[in-house]
Amino acid sequence: MYVAVKGGEAAIDNAHALLAHRRRGDPAVPEVAPAQIAQQLTLATDRVMAEGSLYDPGLAALAVKQARGDLVEAVFLVRAFRTTLPRLGQSVPVDTSAMAIERRISATYKDLPGGQVLGPTFDYTHRLIDFLLEAGAELPPLPQADMKAGAPEPSPRVTDLLGGESLIERETRPDDEAPAPDITRDPVSFPASRAERLQMLARGDEGFLLALGYSTQRGFGRTHPFVGEIRFGEVPVEFVPEEVGFAVPLGSMRVTECQMVNQFHGAGDAPPQFTRGYGLVFGQCERKAMAMSLVDRALRARELGEYSGAPAQDEEFVLSHCDNVQATGFVEHLKLPHYVDFQAELDLVRQLRREHEARRAPEAAE
Amino acid sequence: MSTTGYNFAYLDEQTKRMIRRAILKAIAIPGYQVPFASREMPMPYGWGTGGVQVTAAIIGHDDVLKVIDQGSDDTTNAVSIRKFFAKTAGVATTTRTREATIIQTRHRIPEAPLREGQIIVYQVPIPEPLRFLEPRETETRRLHALNDYGLMHVKLYEDIARHGHIATTYAYPVQVAGRYVMDPSPIPKFDNPKMHMSPALQLFGAGREKRIYAVPPHTPVKSLDFDDHPFAVQHFDKPCALCGAERVYLDEVVLDDRGGRMFVCSDTDYCEERRAQGHAGAMAPDGARAQPGEAGHGR
Repeated sequence: MYVAVKGGEAAIDNAHALLAHRRRGDPAVPEVAPAQIAQQLTLATDRVMAEGSLYDPGLAALAVKQARGDLVEAVFLVRAFRTTLPRLGQSVPVDTSAMAIERRISATYKDLPGGQVLGPTFDYTHRLIDFLLEAGAELPPLPQADMKAGAPEPSPRVTDLLGGESLIERETRPDDEAPAPDITRDPVSFPASRAERLQMLARGDEGFLLALGYSTQRGFGRTHPFVGEIRFGEVPVEFVPEEVGFAVPLGSMRVTECQMVNQFHGAGDAPPQFTRGYGLVFGQCERKAMAMSLVDRALRARELGEYSGAPAQDEEFVLSHCDNVQATGFVEHLKLPHYVDFQAELDLVRQLRREHEARRAPEAAE
Repeated sequence: MSTTGYNFAYLDEQTKRMIRRAILKAIAIPGYQVPFASREMPMPYGWGTGGVQVTAAIIGHDDVLKVIDQGSDDTTNAVSIRKFFAKTAGVATTTRTREATIIQTRHRIPEAPLREGQIIVYQVPIPEPLRFLEPRETETRRLHALNDYGLMHVKLYEDIARHGHIATTYAYPVQVAGRYVMDPSPIPKFDNPKMHMSPALQLFGAGREKRIYAVPPHTPVKSLDFDDHPFAVQHFDKPCALCGAERVYLDEVVLDDRGGRMFVCSDTDYCEERRAQGHAGAMAPDGARAQPGEAGHGR
């Protein structure tokens, strides 16, 4: 005999208890510590910081642990924490030309001031499973930089080198004094400013941006990109407290920056110049930074008079769907009960079928 | 989750103020979708974050909160949201419609008539009634501004041409105070007439889409229709099998795999109250009358 469903509360509590046990796994296997995740699964925590929009490796590592390695879930945890934090103000714009370089490569110049620095990259590894990692093999000795040359040479940004010859468009903020918009504090309306777009792309889903960037390479809104430069390393973050009146250091963070150099022929009075696509992401997230700079450039299609209707050029399409916390929430909400609405649909379909039968009956009788 | 370190009802006061401003604007322009700086909530987008933010912004220590999903207080997401406020705001909760000062709902309006002073907060997935006719926000905002609802009328007409009926059974579009066409959230069209001239304040929150809208008390709400195809609500052939109520919205419960079905009240509080009063439907268990308001009571 059916009675009204009860027991949702107990079911939820039990589900959470079961989840805690599954998270722990086999108790015979040592429990993983957030510090191990932060140190040894750094690229996972980097992605969580980037898409969670909160630079805190320890918190990101804890979120990865709590989320059982589900990075979108971890991003969600970080976001829900971030939203409760007070805003003290805006930092001084980060100067990436002052970065302590760990990796820096350019695809447009064979050699350049500061040199090409491969850094810790998977790029030229052969993708063979390394069974020695499981066996606990010893690490190779840490390579040491050649210190004979003295202090490292400065590494000016490739776009600045091109800018020196006016070969690439100048890029300045429309109003240096105005505070940057904050997409987490004000709702975005379309058309969005470039600053708002970049903020949304910076926290956008890596997979979504990767696919969109890829689509531009295959002709859906082609932008003729060259990797002017990718750099990864530590940059200082400074803040000007009102009562002090000058910039004080807050700390430092690791970021990946990608500057794409794209073709563009001058129109009308403007002489031919290259154009820019920009990507900046917390941590070592090179794939994301590259995809972001492709999509940023594609989103400038209208401004540059080359809009062709490709998905990556469509601001409202890209920006409304790039956030994985929003996307996963709405896709997954379909598993919530919908039986009231379904009942309404059932009712209508049955009625339409009855009417359909009634219409056919006289025909059959003839 | 521990409540320490979080503000009353989770959101900080600045954020609540921002949401209240949006609510006031929404009340001033009935049916108009007011953009607001929706926050990331500790529950997923699409699971009631808009409704939760609206409730968090308006709830006070003396409020009594009822949360329903599909008409029921005991569906998992309703339980979860009720628990959230019991924890973060320490407010009293209830399952009884008439005891509540704030009712947060997903997909239903309670059967018991709402009264003056009550606030019903709807969780809204897609606030834009024109969205599935025109996916672009830039375009739909223009259509609202120009009071241009031709698209919607054409859609309803095409339904009639194809099916003989308007084939929208839930989230049935309404016009508020003779001006804005509004999505009533995915309530069955059965509930639409309850919105008309309701003495309660009706607030709608869409978190992911960052919109708040409202219907002030005693405001006309008209379901769109045509003179020769007037709006009509669903009608069920049988009364509730548990409490015998008629002219209420029913859930279809599958009893076996041989076509066995029973129809019971979707509004569980209404059903329990009727059974406590001695009403019994055709399939009511003998001597097993439910005690209304048992679940989720207290602090």
